[in-house]
Amino acid sequence: MSDLSHLETSLIEAVNAAASEAALEAVRVTALGKKGSVSELLKTLGSMTPDERKERGPLINGLRDRVAAALADRKATLQEEALSARLAQERADVTLPVQEGPQTRGRIHPISQVIDELTAIFADMGFAIAEGPDVETDFYNFTALNFPEGHPAREMHDTFFFSPDAKGERKVLRTHTSPVQVRTMQGQKPPIRVICPGRTYRCDSDQTHTPMFHQVEGLVIDRSAHFGHLKWILEEFCKAFFEVPNVKMRFRPSFFPFTEPSAEVDIQCARKGGDIRFGEGEDWLEILGCGMVHPNVLRNVGLDPDEYQGFAWGMGIDRIAMLKYGMPDLRPFFEADARWLSHYGFRPLDLPSLAGGLSV
Amino acid sequence: MKFSLSWLKDHLATDASLDEILDALNRIGLEVEDVEDKAKELAAFRIAHILTAEQHPNADRLRVCSVDTGEGAPVQIVCGAPNARAGLKTVFAPPGTHIPGKDITIAVGAIRGVESRGMMCSPEELDLPGDSSGIFELPDDAPVGASYAAWAGLDDPVIDVAVTPNRPDALGVAGIARDLAAAGLGSLITPDVAPVAGEGENPVRVIRDFAPGDERLNPAFALRLVRGVKNGPSPEWLQKRLTAIGLRPINALVDITNYITFDRGRPLHVFDAAKVKGDLVVRRARAGEELLALDGKTYRLDEGNVVIADDNGPESLAGIMGGEHSGCDENTTDVLIESALWDAFTIARTGRDLGIITDARYRFERGVDPALTVPGVELATRLVLDLCGGTPSEVTLAGAVPDAERTIALPWAEVKRLTGLDIARDDARAILQALGFVVTGDGDTADVVRPSWRPDVEGKADLVEEVLRIAGIDNVTSTPLPRIEPGITKPVLTLLQRRTRLARRLYASRGLVEAVTWSFVSKAEAELFGGGDARLALANPIAADLSDMRPSLLPGLIRAAQRNADRGFGDVALFEVGQVFADDTPEGQTTSAVALRRGSARAEGVGKHWDGGGEDVGMFDAKADAFALLTALGIATAGVQVVPGGPAWYHPGRSATLQFGPKTIIGAFGELHPKVLQALDAKGPLAVAEIVLDRLPAPKERPTKARPKLVLSDFQPLSRDFAFVVDADVAAGDIIKAIQGAERALISDIRVFDIYEGPGIEAGRKSVATAVTLQPASKTLTEPEIEAISQRIVEAVAKKTGATLRG
Repeated sequence: MSDLSHLETSLIEAVNAAASEAALEAVRVTALGKKGSVSELLKTLGSMTPDERKERGPLINGLRDRVAAALADRKATLQEEALSARLAQERADVTLPVQEGPQTRGRIHPISQVIDELTAIFADMGFAIAEGPDVETDFYNFTALNFPEGHPAREMHDTFFFSPDAKGERKVLRTHTSPVQVRTMQGQKPPIRVICPGRTYRCDSDQTHTPMFHQVEGLVIDRSAHFGHLKWILEEFCKAFFEVPNVKMRFRPSFFPFTEPSAEVDIQCARKGGDIRFGEGEDWLEILGCGMVHPNVLRNVGLDPDEYQGFAWGMGIDRIAMLKYGMPDLRPFFEADARWLSHYGFRPLDLPSLAGGLSV
Repeated sequence: MKFSLSWLKDHLATDASLDEILDALNRIGLEVEDVEDKAKELAAFRIAHILTAEQHPNADRLRVCSVDTGEGAPVQIVCGAPNARAGLKTVFAPPGTHIPGKDITIAVGAIRGVESRGMMCSPEELDLPGDSSGIFELPDDAPVGASYAAWAGLDDPVIDVAVTPNRPDALGVAGIARDLAAAGLGSLITPDVAPVAGEGENPVRVIRDFAPGDERLNPAFALRLVRGVKNGPSPEWLQKRLTAIGLRPINALVDITNYITFDRGRPLHVFDAAKVKGDLVVRRARAGEELLALDGKTYRLDEGNVVIADDNGPESLAGIMGGEHSGCDENTTDVLIESALWDAFTIARTGRDLGIITDARYRFERGVDPALTVPGVELATRLVLDLCGGTPSEVTLAGAVPDAERTIALPWAEVKRLTGLDIARDDARAILQALGFVVTGDGDTADVVRPSWRPDVEGKADLVEEVLRIAGIDNVTSTPLPRIEPGITKPVLTLLQRRTRLARRLYASRGLVEAVTWSFVSKAEAELFGGGDARLALANPIAADLSDMRPSLLPGLIRAAQRNADRGFGDVALFEVGQVFADDTPEGQTTSAVALRRGSARAEGVGKHWDGGGEDVGMFDAKADAFALLTALGIATAGVQVVPGGPAWYHPGRSATLQFGPKTIIGAFGELHPKVLQALDAKGPLAVAEIVLDRLPAPKERPTKARPKLVLSDFQPLSRDFAFVVDADVAAGDIIKAIQGAERALISDIRVFDIYEGPGIEAGRKSVATAVTLQPASKTLTEPEIEAISQRIVEAVAKKTGATLRG
């Protein structure tokens, strides 16, 4: 049977010598193709005597199986080599910078972000957001708020005026967001809980004042809200807003025409280098004014001060933004310098929430 | 309001320390603005004695002194002062002392090779007034080793409190002492005012010459003549008090009026009687009258001002400032002392109109205690007699001192109702009484009479404030504010508020940076952007370029972008969501959301990049911003009409108006008119999108939150491309509309994927290549069916736009 073993030897050599899948296929055809050498041998089995077949059959079939196995092995090897070669070819420079994407560049102004933070805090306590016009009448900005005509408190407001109309009345740019309180009380029956964020204007410009700034005021009117509730609200607000476990506050009696009793509120802090930290330290920083709504203001909006009562407070949005986020100056808030905005601004998906935290 | 501690102690007997007093002032609403405590600042400076002064071996102008500092052995000090000589008593600072006048801290040093252990000082180096050509020259009896500040009487801290406009009574030291006494800091010891007996009638008559109804301008006017006074510098104690609070001593008569102004909050005026001609007439000024006032300036008056005049004309501007002509000087022998009451409103307006700020005006416009009108004269008379001698006449009182007292019913429960403060009724009563209120009645409601010096107290809430203020807000217990209704908080934002917030986040997510620009622009800018309404022009703008309320966010943003470009950052993408003004009514104010891109600041990327980019921004970047915003806000953009051409400030051919119909314009987008950019000194490329959020329709109310059912087709979509050749001015939108109209049921998407003009297309025409996707619903389309649809599409587009299929 040396012819069979000779054939096998030569076929296996040819299989192992095939350098590509195409060459291997050619070997397969010469061996196992329709007219291949092994196929031809298999065909001879039919014309053999049973005894011959019994002897030759296993030999020829064995030859076929071994050649087929060698072909499969070789094919796997060649595919593996081809893949390795391809992978060795396929390389990219991973250090090339990519386009950063618009959401990486976009920013929310600190004022908008802080208003969203205020909204998250106060909405949870059932406060709605009230808004009103920037161009106000003297009535809403002063008279309804118990500013007597000619009173020094009025002059202290550095009001921007428009020219008098045909009736001699001149509108003003609101000097505070308190007119929104009046409009709210006129338009809605108690219980009332609103905060009023918005732009305000005073004819004043220096290092620490800009002619336009932002205020937020809060208003609670019902039949029982008293100064103790006001203290609680402000303490809870300061803890939530500044994201500290404790704050110490100091209430100093003060004067606002539209509240009685009135107070200014300082918050205890430590100054370390350029930083301000709340809930520690020995310094006091004034952050807001507050008080019980003046009976005259309630009367001016048609509420009986013996039946209804409540409180209000107000503070500078720009100022609390500076205190929390450490901007040293107010003026750049309104200069639209892209470098400042990119640095102090917030990313579009920095969404303040009580569940996830106001800031991250 | 400034006063010194020793001055306070004229009115308040107290053992409290300075810090306790300061704390109490803050606690009761008299906010401490500043404390100047020279004794503390200058604690290290001691009186020393120069024993010897030798010439410095290496410097002509320096001397080497041996100085007895009162402690241990004499120390060696090198000194350059010309008056450093043996035997001189002067002021010495040991090493380690901070020198306030120079803002340095001295150390042991060697000066030109000679050791010096400390410094001898001039007044200037201690931040004090005085001759500073050399070091201090103290009298021989000055005690060596003692604190200089204490010896010089500088150990009297000066306290500056901010007095709120409702508290005229606290504009006198006596009033502040009363508050502190009520707060438990000591007892009030303000001496009673003893009348000074006069001799004979006051020969100068006071005539209040007012039209009926005008008497309120000057309800009362008290006047006394003191003859035979000797005026000159006031005594040291008085000069010191005035200097300490920043007032310049003038002469005794004038200093007395200033002293009483601050001591009791009662402004006074003195006339030199010899210079007054005839009677004193109190009246409105006549238009055009002039007064040379004590500040050396001449004021032109009108009927809005009240003056005190004599036969010479106006001698004094009532309640604000006296006249130069009748002022008192060292030659004055007969003095008229005036103590009058003035209408607060008139004083405030006169002061404001004439630009005069004086201590008298400050008090009269807040309200001076009317009950002190005559006592004011008596106080001044006493001091005049003590300091200048003389013989007083009787006091003339013209008019009548109004009764400023008022009785207020105070239900004691009000304190708890408004403040939550638990305070015993007797304690509350005691507080009010200590403040000068008269409290009567034993029931649940007391009758409280306010004192004449508290015009601010008008009702029971004011009394509650007094109790709270003195009892201390610290004693109010923080009380949780219950929720209005139990359960989970309901949404609170309005549709516009939600959209405003969302607009900001959407624009930011498209790479735009939020700016907040001024609400005011210049008149020219307002006019360029459709504004300039006279009703929106400020009467008192802070600057000429911030004079008018903005009709649009664009001028502010365009200028901001240019400022960034001028700094070298030309690829800037800004947005603002804020108020714009069409008129001065609340309805005229709307919220606009504007996106602005400059240079190559496109949403996809900014500047050159290997992965594409670097193109200039253009109209389509703005259109993409506008539509992204509308989509984010839930607006069905299919219904939005894009009409060529925006408002006048846009490039007419490269902009569009966004609208639902001609009367429901919601915004615009595009590039800006070159003339507008030129007027704003701005350079492009710039592309902007503006949407007025108030004008967007509200979404339809739906009974459930369920989405419409999702229907998916089992059949594969297929796509066919059509390249239409049309006239160059045919709008792609019209081609799309025509395609859509040809087959409403099956077309699921139409895309324009190429626009081509050039070789192969005849001049004046362009090729618009579209890909149309068909989504079969119920069965696979056969080739003839697809062919039929294609045919309909081609015919429809040809009919609407004159298109031919590109060969």
